Amino acid sequence: MPYKSSDRYVPPGARSVKIVVLGPFAVGKTTFVGTVSEIRPMRTEEEMTQAGRLVDDLEDLRGKTTTTVAMDFGRLTLTDDIVLYLFGTPGQHRFRGMVRSLMEGALGGLVLVDTRRIADSSDAIDLLEEAGLPYTVAINHFDGAPRYAESDLRDSLSMPDHRPLVGLDARMFSSAKQGLIVLVSDILAHFRPEPAR
Amino acid sequence: MIRSHTATGGDAIPSRGSLDDATLLVAETGAPPAGLPAQAHRVMDLCLPGVLSVSEVAYHLQLPGAVVKVIVSKLIDSGHLIARAPYAPLAGQHDENFLRQVLDALQKL
Ligand SMILES: Nc1nc2c(ncn2[C@@H]2O[C@H](COP(=O)(O)OP(=O)(O)O)[C@@H](O)[C@H]2O)c(=O)[nH]1
Ligand SMILES: [Mg+2]
Repeated sequence: MPYKSSDRYVPPGARSVKIVVLGPFAVGKTTFVGTVSEIRPMRTEEEMTQAGRLVDDLEDLRGKTTTTVAMDFGRLTLTDDIVLYLFGTPGQHRFRGMVRSLMEGALGGLVLVDTRRIADSSDAIDLLEEAGLPYTVAINHFDGAPRYAESDLRDSLSMPDHRPLVGLDARMFSSAKQGLIVLVSDILAHFRPEPAR
Repeated sequence: MIRSHTATGGDAIPSRGSLDDATLLVAETGAPPAGLPAQAHRVMDLCLPGVLSVSEVAYHLQLPGAVVKVIVSKLIDSGHLIARAPYAPLAGQHDENFLRQVLDALQKL
């Protein structure tokens, strides 16, 4: 989508919502974020220390050897009151410091899976479960990739029964959007207001 | 370009812990940016015309996220910026109505 500077700002009274998009290299995260985003998706490099911790202060940035990990983010203004931010990043265990901090403050997560290497998405599921963050798993169908029954996929992913599993095409807006709808519907369905105090 | 996240566990900079990448920044028009350090001035120049998230500020100014968070935290402390944290049910903000609006809006797209 062409970027216009008039699109730069969000509605003044808006509240943000954050959804993280996780999965291994080349599973379609950048594609997904770009498909859904109303602005040119922004790609950044995060710095991590060798210990897998995120660089989070100026001291770290100055000296020590770091490695970088790519992150994409995109934006979708839903109403004058709500703007959705999507953050896509690898969900591998070795990036857990970054993934954990990104999951903080998120509404939920979308885990992308390529059926040619299902197990590569397990780390992302583990991290989301560990964080107690609601998530939906989305099979991103690649041409020629094998198709499996839902129960087999759930088994391979060691996915709890109550988490939704959907199929989508990250290149198509309506399909990508459907993944987000399933995620938010599921969060709403399990929504339990805290008892009034 | 380099960006970084604020990890959990606070130290040195007080308001930093609450700064999310998706936190929206609202400029306080009554607090003039004159006299601010150069990078803080750039942040205010970007934020005065409208509302943006912390990540977008870092991206537009081509600054590492960790650096932007430090600058923004100081600008919040000095009253130049107001931070609006993202809606997150896990953080104890229970607002079913808000979630319904998110869902309705997605379905209408
Ligand atoms: N067939 C097909 N290809 C896809 C789909 N999503 C992404 N791709 C392609 O897969 C490659 C890797 O996608 P990318 O979004 O860069 O993956 P990332 O590493 O997870 O960010 C790119 O060449 C995409 O064009 C999809 O849904 N179907
Ligand atoms: Mg990518």
